[in-house]
Amino acid sequence: MEIYELTVHELLEKLDKKEITKEEVLTSYQNRIEEKEKDVQAFITITDKEAKEQLKKIEEEENTSKLAGIPIGIKDNICTKGVKTTCASRMLENFVSPYDATVIEKINNERLISLGKLNMDEFAMGGSTEHSYFKKTKNPWNLNKVPGGSSGGSAAAVAAGLVPWALGSDTGGSVRQPAAFCGVVGLKPTYGLISRYGLVAFASSLDQIGTLTKDVEDAAILLNIIAGHDEKDTTSANREKIDYTKCLKNDVKGLKIGIPKQYFGDGINSEVKDAINEVIKQYEKMGATVEECSLDVADYALATYYIIACAEASSNLGRFDGIRYGYRTKDFSDLKDLYKNSRSEGFGEEVKRRIILGTYVLSSGYYDAYYKKAQQVRTLVKNEFENNFKKYDVILTPTSPNVAFDIGSKIDNPLEMYLSDVCTVPVNIAGLPAISIPCGVNSEGMPIGFQLIGNRFEETTILNAAYAYEKERKFRQNYKPEFKK
Amino acid sequence: MQVSKEEILHIAKLADLNLKDDEVQKYRENLEEILNYANIVNNAPIEGLEETISGDNTYNVFRKDEIKQTTTREELLQNAPEQQNGMFKIPKVIN
Repeated sequence: MEIYELTVHELLEKLDKKEITKEEVLTSYQNRIEEKEKDVQAFITITDKEAKEQLKKIEEEENTSKLAGIPIGIKDNICTKGVKTTCASRMLENFVSPYDATVIEKINNERLISLGKLNMDEFAMGGSTEHSYFKKTKNPWNLNKVPGGSSGGSAAAVAAGLVPWALGSDTGGSVRQPAAFCGVVGLKPTYGLISRYGLVAFASSLDQIGTLTKDVEDAAILLNIIAGHDEKDTTSANREKIDYTKCLKNDVKGLKIGIPKQYFGDGINSEVKDAINEVIKQYEKMGATVEECSLDVADYALATYYIIACAEASSNLGRFDGIRYGYRTKDFSDLKDLYKNSRSEGFGEEVKRRIILGTYVLSSGYYDAYYKKAQQVRTLVKNEFENNFKKYDVILTPTSPNVAFDIGSKIDNPLEMYLSDVCTVPVNIAGLPAISIPCGVNSEGMPIGFQLIGNRFEETTILNAAYAYEKERKFRQNYKPEFKK
Repeated sequence: MQVSKEEILHIAKLADLNLKDDEVQKYRENLEEILNYANIVNNAPIEGLEETISGDNTYNVFRKDEIKQTTTREELLQNAPEQQNGMFKIPKVIN
């Protein structure tokens, strides 16, 4: 097995036994990028030279972290000092953050080595990574398919072995859906568990940084690094630190799983449904109790999501005015002109669409009809999850109603693209943790993922449940991306 | 749900965006379609429910009012499209 195929915990074991060196690890990934990036197009910025310099520094250090020298990829909406953070937008094409995001400080403290910044939908708005200003990332399982989005570069890079793991962000499914499309594990932690300081804001009440990894154990290791309170993010939770690797007990006896019937209806592809039914059988076989439950709010949640997310986006993106940073038009006669032309030329089509929708639902006369109602529906969604968690430890759904689709096939139909987020958005609305785990492939060989949703701050429960499934079904050992052309 | 051309232009003005004619038409159609879908929130049983602003509903997180040096003026100006004398430069505002 090549080094780039190993998980991080396997790399750590081999480094510990001195079977491989840190230099071999870095070289293996850099060679792999050299070989496959032209097909996958996962990166916006590759930090080849910086990575080598960093390794040199690490090798001179004494008593360094046990994770020192492990490579990582970063979604390009997480600020990195000295390296461009573009959000895949013309608006930030040349933006270099003057500070590191808190998660970047944390991975730097562990001496992880960033291999570069990964492609995404512009400002994380989209589900296919086709809305990047720079390039279209391809799905490593079939290069004619999208990798999902918005963290499509992160998911594709992990699946293709260009990085061992990556950071993403999830506002309505942007870590979990690309993880499902690319056959990797995607974890979106509870709102507040990870500091959002330095994550370029899309919808602040929904945004959360998450992880894309080859397996569940790696997700727990990366979560250990990035979780924790941060006074620079007032919504970050002040809780006792947990070692998430300790919860991986590979035992789900007595675990109570709720299956919301709303996610097994007509809108779900039949091959996806079959795969999820197999997952359910597997959990029963392992001793879990599975019961049908109800999430009546599923449809409302999706509409609510697009109202709230766009409203917050229209406000958050107001800061891009061509004055302090970002794109500035050459064509202006006064200040108002400068604002308008900079924004119109700097933002892409989908971003403008969402700013317009968001401005509309917040504008006078429509605020009560849309935004206020959406905030009330949000209470409804939270209450319904709370009621379900009185009976169940986890809720199981498909991650996405479909597998990865053809590049270009949904780009002209925004509503259809939005509807495919139906399984993931309720989780962000309620601020819950959820994980997507690969569970098989369809007849075309494209990966299918299922989602486990936990109660607030119950990452340990969903990680353990995911781990037990993974140990039994061994997706990674059975299927590999083929870079089909 | 009907959205007029005038409404789109009004919204674009509020959002500081210039739209070309074909964009006005496209966004008008998109907005109508999305709003028609979003209208289902009107059927939700929300009578008497409070609004939720966020996943955690924490309010008023305080910290000590202390001055800390985080970034320097040079660092904050490094991304400015135009600057002069250590300040952001903008077009003339008062005639």
